Amino acid sequence: MLTLSHVSKTFNAGTINEKRALVDCNLHLAPGDFVTVIGGNGAGKSTLMNMVAGVYPIDAGTITLDGINISQLSEPARAKYLGRVFQDPMMGTAADMQIIENLAMAKRRGRTRTLAWGVTRSEKEEYAERLHELGLGLEKRLTTKVGLLSGGQRQALTLLMATLTKPKLLLLDEHTAALDPKTAAKVLDLTEKIVAEHQLTTLMVTHNMNDAIRLGNRLIMMHEGRVIYDIAGDEKRSLTVKDLLQKFEEVSGGELANDRMLLS
Amino acid sequence: MGLAMLGAVSQGILWGIMVLGVFITYKLLDIADLTVDGSFALGGCVCAVLVVGGVNPIVAILAAMLAGMVAGAVTGFLHTVFEIPAILAGILTQIGLWSVNLRIMGKSNTPLLNFDTIFSQMTDLTGLPSNVAAIIVGIVVAVIIIVGLYWFFGTEIGSACRATGNNEAMVRALGVNTKVTKMIALMLSNGLVGLSGGLICESQKYADIGMGTGAIVIGLAAIVIGEVLGRLTPGKLRAFGSRLTAAVVGSVVYFLIRAIVLQMGMDANDMKLLSAIIVALALCIPVVWEKFQLKRSYARSLKSASPEGTTAEGGR
Repeated sequence: MLTLSHVSKTFNAGTINEKRALVDCNLHLAPGDFVTVIGGNGAGKSTLMNMVAGVYPIDAGTITLDGINISQLSEPARAKYLGRVFQDPMMGTAADMQIIENLAMAKRRGRTRTLAWGVTRSEKEEYAERLHELGLGLEKRLTTKVGLLSGGQRQALTLLMATLTKPKLLLLDEHTAALDPKTAAKVLDLTEKIVAEHQLTTLMVTHNMNDAIRLGNRLIMMHEGRVIYDIAGDEKRSLTVKDLLQKFEEVSGGELANDRMLLS
Repeated sequence: MGLAMLGAVSQGILWGIMVLGVFITYKLLDIADLTVDGSFALGGCVCAVLVVGGVNPIVAILAAMLAGMVAGAVTGFLHTVFEIPAILAGILTQIGLWSVNLRIMGKSNTPLLNFDTIFSQMTDLTGLPSNVAAIIVGIVVAVIIIVGLYWFFGTEIGSACRATGNNEAMVRALGVNTKVTKMIALMLSNGLVGLSGGLICESQKYADIGMGTGAIVIGLAAIVIGEVLGRLTPGKLRAFGSRLTAAVVGSVVYFLIRAIVLQMGMDANDMKLLSAIIVALALCIPVVWEKFQLKRSYARSLKSASPEGTTAEGGR
C-alpha cells in the first residue's frame, strides 16, 4: 500500500542547526497493516508522517501510495488519499465552525469544492449516526461550535473526520499524547474500533510502548532517521516493554527511553 | 442637523459595503489587509473616469468592483505565491495603487458635476431628495451583497474560505489549497471595497486621489462598533447573517458619531485621530480586562487563603 524507498530529509542543511531527520529511510506497508511507530525524541517519527502527508517536500527518494507516486504532490493534493489526526487536538478541527460544518468539510476531502451548499440536509443523518458510534453524545450537538468541545471530544471528532471518507492510509501522529490517561484510553479504543471496522491501513506514532505493543499487527522502531527494528505477527504479540528497551540498546548503543516514555 | 444626520446615514450605508469587504479579510481570514486604502480610491477613480467618459453609471460601478478585485488579486499573489506577510503585501499594493490611481485619472481630482450617476437617476426617477435616494440605493446594494455573502460562505468553497482563517493546517489536510481560498477571499473583499469606492464617488460627485486614506481604520472601527452593538442586543446575533448586518449598522453608527462630533465643532482633520483611538481602545479593552480579571482572581484567592495561612503560622 505505502512504500517509502530511500527517502531522506535534512532540515536547515548547511547551517549549525542542520538536522538529518530522515536518512535513506525504507518502509513498506501491506494493505490493512496497522503499524505502530516508536522511537526517542528526534528519531524522525513525526518527520516520517509529515513527509508522507506532504507537509514539507522530501530531499531524495520516492513515496508511493497504492501504486501512485506521491513524492512531489502538494499537501492538499495528497489529502485525497490520507486521513490525518494530529497530536494537538486544536489542529484537526476549525474551532469557530459547527460540528456538522467540520464533518461536511471532511466528507469532501479530496473532492473539488464547488458552489453547492457546504452542508446538505441529507448528510445530517449520516453524521448523527457516525457521531452516535463515538458514544460521546455529540450527535445531539451537531450545531455546536467545535471550540466548545474538550480536547478528547475534539480528537475523537478529528478521528471520525479523518475516516469519514475512507482514506487509503490513516496517519495518527501521537494523537493521544495531549490527552489525560482516561480520555487517551477512550480515543485509543475508538481508534482500534474504527481501524478494524473499515480495515484501514494505518501508521500510528506513539510515545507509549505498551500501546505500541498492544495495538496493530506490526511495530517499527526509529532511530536517527532510520527504521532500526521492524517486527510483526506472533513475534510482536509476545513482545514486552523490556524487550523493546533491550532491542534499542542493542541496535543503537544508547538508551531509548526518556522519562516520558517510561512513565506512560 | 437633521439633514446632516440623513447624509451621515447614507454615507454610512455606502461605506458599509467597504466594511463588509474588510469584514471578510479581518474577521474571516484573520488578516488585516491594508490594500483597502488603495483599492477604495481605485474604485472611485475608475468609476469617475468611466462616468466622465460617458459610460453608464451602473457599469462604471461594476468596473470599480472589478478593479478592486484585481487589486486584491495582486495582494493575494504577493502573499500566497511569494509568501510575503499579508500586512506587507497589502501595504505594497496600497502604495503602488496611489501611482496607478493618479495615472488612471491623470490628475488628483475628477469632478462629476454635470454627469448622470445612479443617485441622480434615482432622484430623477422618483423625485425623492438626494439623501433619501442615496439611502435607498445603499440599502438595496447592501442587502443584495449581504444575501450574496451569506450564500457564498455557506457553499463548499465558502466554508473552506472560512475554515482557512480558522485553521490552515486542517484545511490543507482536508485537501483544500489554502492559497486559492486566500486569493478568493482577498479578491472578494477588495472587490466590495472597490464597489463601495465607486458608489461613494458617484454619491459625492467626485473622485479624489486621497479618498481612500484611512479607509481600513474606518472599516475596523465600524466592525468593532457593530460587534459591540451585536453584543448589547438580546438574542442571538452571533449568526453569520446578523454579523454581516451588524458590520453595516456599525458603519452607519460610525458616520453618525462623526457627524455629531463635527456638528459639535470638532475639526474634520481630527476625525482620523478619533477613529484610530476608537479602534485602538476596542482592541485594548479586552486585553486589559482579561489581565485585570486574572489579577483580581489571584487577589481573591490570596484573601481566602490567608486566614488559614496565619493559623498555620500561629500554630507553630
